[in-house]
Amino acid sequence: MKRAMTAAAAACILATGFAGTGVSASPVAPGDVVFEDGAVAASLTGMPGDPVAGAEIYAEKSVGNCVSCHAVSTLPDVQFPGNIGPALDGAADRYSEAQLRGIVTNAKMTFDGSMMPSFYKVTGFIRPGIGFTSKPIAPEDITPLLTPEQIEDVVAFLMTLKEQ
Amino acid sequence: MKFWAYTALAGALAIAHAPLASAEMAEDELVINDDIEIVTKAPAPAHLGAFDEIYSGWLFRSEDTRDVQRDDFDNPGMLGVESAMEAWDSVEGTAGKACSDCHGALEDGQMVGVRAVYPKWNENAGEVWTLEQTINTCRTERMGAEAWGLNSKDMTNMSALMSYESRGIPMNVAIDGPAQETWEKGKEIYYTRYGQLELACSNCHEDHYGDWIRADHLSQGQTNAFPSYRLKDAALVSIQNRFKGCIRDTRGVPFDIGSPEFTALELYVASRGNGLSVEGPSVRN
Repeated sequence: MKRAMTAAAAACILATGFAGTGVSASPVAPGDVVFEDGAVAASLTGMPGDPVAGAEIYAEKSVGNCVSCHAVSTLPDVQFPGNIGPALDGAADRYSEAQLRGIVTNAKMTFDGSMMPSFYKVTGFIRPGIGFTSKPIAPEDITPLLTPEQIEDVVAFLMTLKEQ
Repeated sequence: MKFWAYTALAGALAIAHAPLASAEMAEDELVINDDIEIVTKAPAPAHLGAFDEIYSGWLFRSEDTRDVQRDDFDNPGMLGVESAMEAWDSVEGTAGKACSDCHGALEDGQMVGVRAVYPKWNENAGEVWTLEQTINTCRTERMGAEAWGLNSKDMTNMSALMSYESRGIPMNVAIDGPAQETWEKGKEIYYTRYGQLELACSNCHEDHYGDWIRADHLSQGQTNAFPSYRLKDAALVSIQNRFKGCIRDTRGVPFDIGSPEFTALELYVASRGNGLSVEGPSVRN
């Protein structure tokens, strides 16, 4: 709801001619992300992400926690990576930036039925709770697992994972 | 009391593992007290299309954890069993009865095999009951005693005693006849992706058993070894309490312990383990 309001406000500003004053565009709302064959062409924030921040999001349990399922051999300090999903080494050789953005945003748009959580989605859940409290959450209060900035940081990090 | 030793052990184990190849599990055999042979690998029941062989979660634990379960003197879950043995003979409630007044002394073996067929259709109630629900009805209807909380220590201990009495006997819950509708409901729940992480039981325990989620080695999620003494909780844990923890970890809202949904799920998951020995009280990390 908050995001929808922000988007609406941005639209008003555009309509009344205050755009182009150097303020960056509002992030794309979760419901407005455009997928093409699973890929998302444009940055969700309109800005490039920070790969160093992205590596932290990958490794931190309380943030992306990508490490639970995916290994990255160039980060030996991140211990005990899981092996549910493929290792991310060479991800940027296998996928374009748009494809990686699509996978991080909602992997199910690329891999049908993927076990991977959808990191930028706020609807369509069955019995969603408030974090790990077991308490129900009102649909309008659901926020995506990662912010648009964090999605872009992870994409920037993944783009550094080249082997060739 | 070995509480601290086990807690420390659990911590050490969490650090000690190195990632292993997919589906790797122990090549090991479980004989408890050098006496009770436990079937930890069995042909999958006919209704289960997902795999050919079913495995006890024991095979997915570290050697140290597996060893704790080999001998009842080392198994901290036995403290709960011993406590329930006392309760078995204790008179409670307005009818002035103990469990043993109807079911005999434990040595008579009248409870042997009971655990293996639960959850089970109850003709009088017209629904499937878990062992815990059955125990509570004994208490309220026959003993005139207060019902125990379905996840209380007293109940989990008694449930552990029922497992202990049936150790080594293959799980054999009925899924047809009047239980079929409940079983099918449980199956649907098993494959439903709950919570904001959108995870079904099947995502981890059917598609990825043997793999690692960080330092956790995924098993097939069998229920034959419950109640289970979890080293990280330092307590016996009931089947439905574990279900609750799993759905919570999907960033979801679990069903209540004792709800029709969890009873249906318990029946379905138990049926996936038909053929594995009753193993509780087991030891897990």
